Amino acid sequence: MDAVQLIQVADSTLRLSTPLLLACLAGLFSERAGIFDIGLEGKMLAAAFFSAGIAALTGSVWVGLLAGIGASLVLSAVHGLASITFRGNQLISGVAINFLAAGLTVLIAQDWFKQGGRTPSLEGSERFGEIDLPFAEALSGVPFVGPIYSEILSGHTLLVYVGLAMVPLTWWVLFRTRFGLRLRAVGEAPEAVDTAGVSVVGLRFAAVAICGVLCGLAGAYLATGQQAGFVKDMTAGRGFIALAALIFAKWRPWYALGACLLFGLLQAVAIQFQNIDVGGFIIPVQFMDALPYILTVVILAGFVGKAIPPRAGGAPYVKER
Amino acid sequence: MDRMPAWADATLVPLISLFLAAVLSAIVIMAIGENPISAFMLMVDGTLMRSSGWGYMLYYATNFMFTGLAVAVAFHARLFNIGGEGQALLGGLGVALVCMYIPWPHWSLAIFGASVGAALFGAAWAYIPAVLQAKRGSHIVITTIMFNFIAAAVLNYVLVNVLRPKGAQEPATGFFPDATALPSFFDMFATEGSRLFRNSPANVTFFLALAACVAVWLLIWHTRLGYQIRAFGERESAAKYAGINPVRITVIAMLISGGLAGMMAVNTTMGEAERLILNATEGAGFIGIAVALMGRSHPFGIFLAALLFGFLYQGGAELALWTNIPRELIVVIQALVILFTGALDNMVRMPLERLFLILRRTS
Repeated sequence: MDAVQLIQVADSTLRLSTPLLLACLAGLFSERAGIFDIGLEGKMLAAAFFSAGIAALTGSVWVGLLAGIGASLVLSAVHGLASITFRGNQLISGVAINFLAAGLTVLIAQDWFKQGGRTPSLEGSERFGEIDLPFAEALSGVPFVGPIYSEILSGHTLLVYVGLAMVPLTWWVLFRTRFGLRLRAVGEAPEAVDTAGVSVVGLRFAAVAICGVLCGLAGAYLATGQQAGFVKDMTAGRGFIALAALIFAKWRPWYALGACLLFGLLQAVAIQFQNIDVGGFIIPVQFMDALPYILTVVILAGFVGKAIPPRAGGAPYVKER
Repeated sequence: MDRMPAWADATLVPLISLFLAAVLSAIVIMAIGENPISAFMLMVDGTLMRSSGWGYMLYYATNFMFTGLAVAVAFHARLFNIGGEGQALLGGLGVALVCMYIPWPHWSLAIFGASVGAALFGAAWAYIPAVLQAKRGSHIVITTIMFNFIAAAVLNYVLVNVLRPKGAQEPATGFFPDATALPSFFDMFATEGSRLFRNSPANVTFFLALAACVAVWLLIWHTRLGYQIRAFGERESAAKYAGINPVRITVIAMLISGGLAGMMAVNTTMGEAERLILNATEGAGFIGIAVALMGRSHPFGIFLAALLFGFLYQGGAELALWTNIPRELIVVIQALVILFTGALDNMVRMPLERLFLILRRTS
C-alpha cells in the first residue's frame, strides 16, 4: 500500500464511519435510558428517503434534512409508544419499525418519483457540498501534517463534522449534566429515579427522541451527503453495524468513535482492495464484510473484555402501586 | 383469575390486531392513489381463484410454517430467535451438499436426507448463539442478528469461490441430479383434463411442513422436554428450582428452532430452484416472526398465519404485476402485523380486558 492509497483509505474511512457514528450515538442515548433499539436501521432508512425525496422536490437540502429528521422522529414515537407507553416488547417493536421503513420508503418513492423505488439524482443545492477547512490549501504542502489535514480531514460534507462533534457533546451531556445523570440512572435503576420524583416516562421519551434526531442525521448523510439520492434498502445493514459498534464500545461515546472508525476502516479496505493477499494467503472480501459482526460476537461472548449493557435495558417500567 | 377467557385471548386479540393492520394498509394504499377494495379483489382473484395461485400460496406458506414454528419453539422458552434467516441460509447449504454429493436412488430417500442435512446445518448455526446465551449471557437477539449477516457472508463466499461450477457467472451451484427432484403438486394432482397447479412451485415439502406442525404440537404439549421448555419460558427461577437445567433447555430449544428454520430450505432449494442460489430465503426467516406472533406460538395458529402470509405474498406479486403498487406493500403489512400482535399487544389487550370485566360484572 503506498501513500496515495493510504490517504484514500483514510479519507473514505471517515466518510463511511459517519453514518455508523451518528446511528451508534443515537443507540447510545436510547439504550443508556433502558430502551433497546434494534430499529436504528429502519429510522436511518426512513430519514434517508425523506431527506433525499424532499430535497429533490423542494430543491433545498436543508428542508430535506428537516424532513428526514421528522420521519425518523415519527418512527421513534412509534417505538416509544410501543415500548414505553404500552410496555410492549422493545425488540419486536424494533423489528417492526425496520420492516415498516423498508416497505414504506419504496412504496412512497414509487408513488412520488415512479423510478422503481428510488429518488432522482440530487444535484447542487439538493445535496450537502464539501467543505474545505480553513488553511487546507495553505497547509497542503507541509510534510506529514499537510496531507492528513487537507486530504483526509478537510473536504467532507457538513454532517461528517457534525458527527465528529457529536462525540464530545454526547459525552458532555451524558456525564456532565443533570439530564445525563438522570438519563443514565433511568437505564440502570428506574425505580430510584421514580422515587426521586423524576418522570421515568418523560426521560425515556426524551432519550428516544434524541435517538430519532441522530438517526435522522445519519440517514440524511447517507442519501444527501455520501451519496446523491435514495435507493431501495440503501442502509444495507449499517444500522446493525452501528448496533454492533455500540456493544463493541460498551455503551461509551469515545469508545463509540473508535469502534465506528474501525468498522468504517474495514468497509473502506473491503471496497478499496476486494480480496486481500497477505503473504500468499488470500483474505476474501466476504470475510472483511463479516468481520464487524464476528468481532461483536467475540466481544459479546466476553472473551475480550466484558460488555455489560445498562441494567434496566429492555424492561418496561411499571410504577409501584 | 384470568381477566379474559382463553378463547378470547387466542382469537380476538390476533383478529383485532389483523383488522388494525388491514385498516392501516388500506389507508396506505389509498394514500398512493389506488383503491384498496379493488386491490384486495385483485389479490383474491390472483391467488384463490386459480389453482396456480393456490400453488404459489401453499409454496410460500410452506416456508412460513417452518420459520414460524422455529420462532415459536424459541418463544416458548422465552428466547427471541431473530436468526431464522441465517439458519435457513445455512440449511440451504446443507440441502445442496446432501443433494450434490450423495447419489440418491429416489426422491423419497433424498428428501429424508436433505431434511436431515438442512436441520443439522440450521441447528449448528443456532448452536453458537445458544451456547453464548446460556453460558456467557450474551444477548441472543444481538448474536442471532450478527449470525444472519455472517451467514450471508459465508454463503456468498461458498457460492462464489467453492460450489460455483467452472465457467459459470452466476454465484449459484449447478443443478441437482434428477433423482432428487421433488414431485410438485402438478405432478401429484393434475390429471389429463384438469391441469391443476400448472407452473406453480408447491411441492411435496408442504406435507413435511404439516408434519412439522404436528410434531411441534406433540413436542411442546405432550412430552417432558416440551413441558420443561414451557416451564423455563414461564419462569426461569421456578424451573431451576424444579431441577430443569437452564443451559440444557436454552441450547435444546435453540437447536430445534434452528433445525426447523433450516428445513425451510428443503422447500426452496430442493423443491423449487433445484440448486442453491444466493438469497434463497428472500426474508422468509423474518416473516416467521410475524407468523409466530400472529399464530400465538401455537402450531395450528401458525398454520393459519402461514396460509395468510402465503396469500399476501402471492397477492402482492399479482398487485405488483397489474397495478402501481410495488411488492413492498407486503413488507408494510408484515411490519404492521408484527407491530400490533407483538409490540402493541397491550394496546389491543387492555381495552378488551376491561370490556370482559364489565361483561362479567353485569352478568
